[in-house]
Amino acid sequence: MDIVAFTIIVFAGSIGAGLLGSLTGLGGGVVIVPLLTVALGVDIHYAIGASLVSVIATSSGAAAAYLKEGFTNMRVGIFLEVATTTGAVLGASLATRLPGPAIEVVFGVVLLASVFLTLRPGRPDTIEGVDRGLGQRLHLDGDYPTPAGSVHYAPRRIPLGFGIMTGAGALSGLLGIGSGAVKVLALDQAMHLPFKVSTTTSNFMIGVTAAASAGIYLHRGFIQPGLTMPVMLGVLAGSLVGARLLVHAHARALRLVFAVAILALGLEMIVSGLHL
Amino acid sequence: MSRILLVGVVVAAALVATGGVVYLLRVGRQTPHYGTFSIAARSLRDPATIVRDAFRGQSTALIELGLIVLVLTPVARVAFALLAFLRLRDRLYVAFSAVVLTVLIFSLTGHSL
Repeated sequence: MDIVAFTIIVFAGSIGAGLLGSLTGLGGGVVIVPLLTVALGVDIHYAIGASLVSVIATSSGAAAAYLKEGFTNMRVGIFLEVATTTGAVLGASLATRLPGPAIEVVFGVVLLASVFLTLRPGRPDTIEGVDRGLGQRLHLDGDYPTPAGSVHYAPRRIPLGFGIMTGAGALSGLLGIGSGAVKVLALDQAMHLPFKVSTTTSNFMIGVTAAASAGIYLHRGFIQPGLTMPVMLGVLAGSLVGARLLVHAHARALRLVFAVAILALGLEMIVSGLHL
Repeated sequence: MSRILLVGVVVAAALVATGGVVYLLRVGRQTPHYGTFSIAARSLRDPATIVRDAFRGQSTALIELGLIVLVLTPVARVAFALLAFLRLRDRLYVAFSAVVLTVLIFSLTGHSL
């Protein structure tokens, strides 16, 4: 196969990844890396490099749209980015030291974990009163628009959220993914922020977190122009289309199909990494 | 601020796409080699060289320039947030933004742990 054919296949696969990622909310990175490594025999280092770039692209594009709506909490984002960027540097540094198969196994385990995350039932949007502690002192409380008017909220369990975010950053740096699901988990479940604030703020943070690992990836040769080019463009295109289709999609059915595919890919990566 | 993000992604995508086309025209017939990772062979060149080569229309330089623009887009966003907090006299968040910016620059200049 020559480079043109390879590039076309990668591009097509990336569009699919972007589409699935945006329709299911898990992100393209989670699909791209297994696609490249399992289906196309690409070394994991190049795969996570390309994936990370696509994560920055889609996150920045989406964040641009969400910022206008007024749900994103900038202070929560910046404050927690202290955690995520530090974690990302840690994770990326680890990625430069771990052997490829080890990264594959970790990636496979994370894929399996994300299947469970996808299949969990959603939590109803409850706002549990205003916390008069750390949240206020750190200026982290805010308001968000609802049809009934502006609603006030304040984050809870901030140290826990901060800790989870460091982990999310480390995962992002180690695996070249966005860790959006973990971030939303921390914001929504740990810190009890309104769901729409959690998802938009998480999206806002993904790009910055990924940029923190990107520097290290770039200097260590993980990011190859010829491979990253079709991945970045394909995932971008796929997510844009996916965002449009979201209104019409049957999210639940899609999630199930996606979950089965991710389960299979996750197992495949673990098997491959352990040389079984 | 949302405009920075959007412009950054669009400019980056344009550069990458242009470089991509030139790249395929130039080396399309060759065989791809992504199966084995070799760090020494293919790390990023210095930004000045990349910009110069990109202006000359060199395909991989164009792509790499696009990638640099893309990575710098969230960095710019944090920098603008810092400026916004300065204007708002929110010293705590000027500090937080500065820390995030420092970590980003640390990584972008090739440092790791």
